[in-house]
Amino acid sequence: MTENALGTPDTWLDEHGAALYKYALVHTRDQHRAEEVVQETLLAALQAQDRYAGGASVRTWLIGILKHKIMDQFRRDAREVPLDDADEPDGASEEESFDLTGHWRNAPSDWGNPEEMLERGQFMAILQRCLEVLPPRLARLFMLREVMEEDSENICQEMAITPTNLWTMLYRARMGLRQCLDRNWAV
Amino acid sequence: MKMLTCKDASHLISERQERPLGLRERLGLRLHLWLCDGCRNFERQLALMRQALRNLGRAADAGGADLTPEARERIRKTLAERGKHEH
Repeated sequence: MTENALGTPDTWLDEHGAALYKYALVHTRDQHRAEEVVQETLLAALQAQDRYAGGASVRTWLIGILKHKIMDQFRRDAREVPLDDADEPDGASEEESFDLTGHWRNAPSDWGNPEEMLERGQFMAILQRCLEVLPPRLARLFMLREVMEEDSENICQEMAITPTNLWTMLYRARMGLRQCLDRNWAV
Repeated sequence: MKMLTCKDASHLISERQERPLGLRERLGLRLHLWLCDGCRNFERQLALMRQALRNLGRAADAGGADLTPEARERIRKTLAERGKHEH
């Protein structure tokens, strides 16, 4: 690849702006945050353009920077209000899900055939809506883990939280999301 | 070995997505799942949620979402200003 292939910051915005924004929106779930992180990405790319190796496509290179910036944004939030003592309601409290003897109050239902479900747009639409119901910070941590597929160790290191902390928060997010899906999907 | 409650089992099923379980945990969980329909459904639900969220990320499908013209303009200006400093 020649240096020309990298293009100029203007062409990055024209050709990849929408793709970067979509990616950011899926992961941050917030228009303002997504716009901000796209801008940060392009500024960082501007500074780092001399180091662009030309191996990957420009889009892949930019998405790589974007991922780091999303993580940075999340870390800044976490610094302002430490994740584990954020004053947020749980995704779903244990008392809500289990009785005193540790049994399900409402046993999880059978959602049917996984392959079929994933094909159905309706399930994905309900999933999206249920993500909105999670407390925002818990949702972002959960997205980082499940959607960006960041591994547990990295998240703990970046966010300066213990694994036990992380597992508890992910558990809460999963319980909350599951409960919402069970209510809105199960037939 | 003390029987796991559904609450215990649900924690293990969630944590199994984060770390390998110990032998005792695995055996306890297997026994519990063998006996408990609810937890078996829970296990399948979590697996399905994980798969669905991965698909979401890989497709990065936010529909026809795009930057607003205003945001695009703002970013263009910021880039131009910063570009001048670079050169």
